[in-house]
Amino acid sequence: MKKRNHFMIPTKYIFAVLAALCIVMMFLSYSTGLGGQTLGRMAGYIFVPFEQGLSSIGGWVREKQESLEDLTAVQAHNEQLQAQVDELTIENSQLIQNQYRLEQLEELYELDQAYGDFNKVAANIIATDGGNWFNTFVIDKGKNDGIDEGMNVLAGSGLVGIITKAGDNWAQVRSIIDDLSHVSAKTLSTSDLCFVNGDLQLMNEGFIHIEQLKDPDDQITIGEKIVTSHVSDRYHEGILIGYVNELTPDSNNLTKSGTLTPAVDFEHLHTVLVITDLKQQPGQ
Amino acid sequence: MKQKLVTALVIIVCFIFQCTIFKGLALASISPNLLLIFTTSMGFMRGEREGLVIGFFCGLLMDIFFGSLLGFYALLYMFLGYGSGLFHMIFYDEDIKLPMIWIALSELVYGLSIYFFLFLMRSRFEFGYYFIHIILPELIYTVALTIVLYRPIQKLNSLLEYLKGDTIRDYHTTSAMVGQAENQTEEL
Repeated sequence: MKKRNHFMIPTKYIFAVLAALCIVMMFLSYSTGLGGQTLGRMAGYIFVPFEQGLSSIGGWVREKQESLEDLTAVQAHNEQLQAQVDELTIENSQLIQNQYRLEQLEELYELDQAYGDFNKVAANIIATDGGNWFNTFVIDKGKNDGIDEGMNVLAGSGLVGIITKAGDNWAQVRSIIDDLSHVSAKTLSTSDLCFVNGDLQLMNEGFIHIEQLKDPDDQITIGEKIVTSHVSDRYHEGILIGYVNELTPDSNNLTKSGTLTPAVDFEHLHTVLVITDLKQQPGQ
Repeated sequence: MKQKLVTALVIIVCFIFQCTIFKGLALASISPNLLLIFTTSMGFMRGEREGLVIGFFCGLLMDIFFGSLLGFYALLYMFLGYGSGLFHMIFYDEDIKLPMIWIALSELVYGLSIYFFLFLMRSRFEFGYYFIHIILPELIYTVALTIVLYRPIQKLNSLLEYLKGDTIRDYHTTSAMVGQAENQTEEL
């Protein structure tokens, strides 16, 4: 009992104070968008080197595993083909879109921006959400590389998500299959607007929700490409999100909803591209 | 001081493992919750004060890197650490059943609160789905991992106890005495 002579604050008071602190932080971050910038910066310098190391070890192990299966040649070939497919898919969706725009918006064509016009930065995924409820991950590039909140993230030929937080040398990405994600989208052939929402239930099956699609003439068929829309203030126009998997009329008989197959394979995502141009420049 | 440094180091290692290697251990895209095991067992072995502090920092890390609302996970983990610390007095070192039950309960509270605050509040009403596909598998996986990790955590606990500056007594008597002392202060 000797050690307990000096005064100690009762644990329940510490608990109460810390709990109050947490609640205040929650309110602050909700109302002012305060994301713990300083904390995030400091933590970034502690964790990112370790995480980079571990993910490179993970990459090495993965490579070893793959070569053990003696499929290297096939894989290289496959990778090459996949790259080509990605390239062609981008090109294809761009071409279709450009054609459509030519017909309808010739005078605005100068404003059209294709993927190639954007400045892009490649980044590695170094950590994924520790829990099982959300689908966010951390990449190894941050404000030092020009990455900031609100930038779009791509992989291969499709949209992965959006940067929701940025530290000096790391950034948090919320993927489009996350339960909190909402993307304003449109169909490629008819430019009908709709919304693409992530859903935890569908995430496990590999789909995302598509909602409020107006398609009175049943023009949209399965396999239709869904791209980001021009009305979104966060996502650049014309980035491929996925392909329609299923569509059913809503109970209001005006709109349709269903599921999409995302263009990106979220299970095996290791590197991503970040578009460092914001759709809305700050201050505008 | 040393004790605090070691604890901080273990929190960092746990967090890094949780968000890198553990995703590779995932079965059917469910991975176990290492931070929860650590918070709960530390609360259980070392009392509510340390449980709540460790929980607070574990949760804060989750908030900084993966949270959408700063402070939510911190509050949740802190609550779990504090709650398991309240059962510190009935902790008996060799018995693994009680910590396992307690970790399972903590997992349940953790899963239910995430569902309630982050999903139900956004009108996701299919509780059955979330319970069967997320809460329950995570619970089972985490408890299974506890069986493997319990010995190392016990070793860590005796190391921390040793670093606390106590004379090198038998670890069992130390923990028993600390338990009694804690008990008495609680009653006062």
